[in-house]
Amino acid sequence: MDLSIRDGEFLVLLGSSGSGKTTLLRMIAGLERPTSGEIHIGDLRVDGDVPPRARGIAMVFQSYALYPHRTVFQNIAFPLEASRTPRKQIEEKVRWAAEMFSISRYLDRYPRQLSGGERQRVALCRALVRDPKVFLLDEPLANLDAKLRNTARDDLKRFQRQIQTTTVYVTHDQVEAMGLGDRIVVMERGKVRQIGTPQEVYEDPVDTFVATFVGQPPMNLLDTGDPALPPRTLTGFRPEHFLPKSVFGTAEELRTFRFAVRRVEYLGSDRYVYGSVAGSGAPDATIIAKLPATIALAIPEGETHEFAVPRRALRYFDPETGLRRKG
Amino acid sequence: MTPSLSPLPPRRTFADREDLLGAVMLGPALAYVILLVGVPFAFAIALGFSNATAGSLSFGWAGLDNYVAILGDPIFLRALRNSVIVTVGSQVLVVVLATAAAQVFRATFWGKRFARFVLLLPWAVPVSLAAIAWTWIFDSTFSVINWTLKAAGLLHGWLYWLGDPALALLAIIIVQAWRIFPFATVIVLAGLSSIPQEIVEAAIVDGAGFWRRLFRVELPLLLPVVAVAVLFGVVYTATDLGVVYILTGGGPANTTHVLPTLAFQRGILGADLGQGAAIAVFLLPFLIVVAIGMLRLAHRTEVGGAR
Repeated sequence: MDLSIRDGEFLVLLGSSGSGKTTLLRMIAGLERPTSGEIHIGDLRVDGDVPPRARGIAMVFQSYALYPHRTVFQNIAFPLEASRTPRKQIEEKVRWAAEMFSISRYLDRYPRQLSGGERQRVALCRALVRDPKVFLLDEPLANLDAKLRNTARDDLKRFQRQIQTTTVYVTHDQVEAMGLGDRIVVMERGKVRQIGTPQEVYEDPVDTFVATFVGQPPMNLLDTGDPALPPRTLTGFRPEHFLPKSVFGTAEELRTFRFAVRRVEYLGSDRYVYGSVAGSGAPDATIIAKLPATIALAIPEGETHEFAVPRRALRYFDPETGLRRKG
Repeated sequence: MTPSLSPLPPRRTFADREDLLGAVMLGPALAYVILLVGVPFAFAIALGFSNATAGSLSFGWAGLDNYVAILGDPIFLRALRNSVIVTVGSQVLVVVLATAAAQVFRATFWGKRFARFVLLLPWAVPVSLAAIAWTWIFDSTFSVINWTLKAAGLLHGWLYWLGDPALALLAIIIVQAWRIFPFATVIVLAGLSSIPQEIVEAAIVDGAGFWRRLFRVELPLLLPVVAVAVLFGVVYTATDLGVVYILTGGGPANTTHVLPTLAFQRGILGADLGQGAAIAVFLLPFLIVVAIGMLRLAHRTEVGGAR
């Protein structure tokens, strides 16, 4: 793979477990050695014998990896002590960082006396005080409960904007990836599938893997057997573009489908409609439509409806290679 | 009569009665401990307050006479001092060696299984056998240590390991440390593997070198485990008779006695059961205090424990 991270960028490595995203992060950190290839941080080539401490990096682990026998203050001070910073300066820096993450009240406590969110902020503080050139974050939000995760995500992004430090963030959660990343690197089995802004990755996936990995529910893919297309072409469209034909204006250029509805899932803000498309190459393949609550139209189960997708929202893929076809 | 719903017997069987079953299964172990440890122990405490001698069945109350006698006895005081020196000295050595060895055995290297097997040997060898081997190592004429030092040009005179009181004590410390340290290594190794890998990696990324990681992160986290290892070591060493008895027999001139050997000499060989018992029991309160202290330390520093 070839990947360059821009200065001050928030780069997210997105992939399922085993995709190699954490290994890549650990290689940047120097905790693992690449078998081949080069890693540069700034002007320094680090893949050889440069130990983690000389790389100018700071890392936040999924478990936070706080030192359980040290107070919050001592935890944050640890990297400064390791770099032989004068005591007075340590004191100042720790207080400044703690202020920034509003954990000043907890400086005398031990990690076990803190909640998950507070521990996570201590871990970020410990990374921050080193003035690293690169932040490496390994699923730092994975151990937080869903509610806290939203606020933590917001805090994290705000904080990164403020200090403008290059950040590499590993996650398997596409919501985090989309929300946080300036750019997203979609990885699968050790290979980079796509690098792009969240919008590029979502709207213009380079292959069927990215198309189905990013987005919830995933992009629909089916062989429509459309005579206007080259033979054997997969047509892809996002569930939110697949709507009853009647909701589109007349000006929109549409591709219509006969949608046999099997089941409707009511989810409050949306309805997920599961069914299959008659006349397609795979009449049993499940196709999902995501109807926002603003469309009040009744969709009875077990009936066939006229659904449509705007032409501009269609994406075409080669079924053999999975790669995107222009058109 | 109600029809039976299941083929299982309708009443609780013996195996269902956990209260009874537990008592029955614990019984033999309890009997063993009471008869072979508890009774002699209580008997020893009682003997300490008596003027009983070997060869007679008379048991006269002597009050604290035995204790007064031994506290005024320079040989006893020397033995007490030796006991403390040997125990503390060997345990300091054990902690250092075991921590170092555990660091080595944490790494993966060729022949690790064999090395680990060799490491555990001193622990598995009977004390008497090992002590006899060590008498040869410390032999006044054939000492391998002396000849090795001599051949390396590091020794110009001659070391009489078991003939000089100070060197003999050092020899005893070395053998005691050698005997306990494999066990301690295994304990420390288990403790090391219980430290989350991410914490060690965090310390690496935070820029801590080997020594800082060892002293600021790993050892503090290991403290409860090391305390337990030391506690075992203290008890084993302070109560050991074999090593000193075989190496020096308390000599030269009663200078290297420890409490167990002196108790054996006075009580069994010298037939003064009362005084022997008093000497043997003397260390007990101290060991109890050490044990309680160590266990409290272990509990207090345990991750998640109250501080």
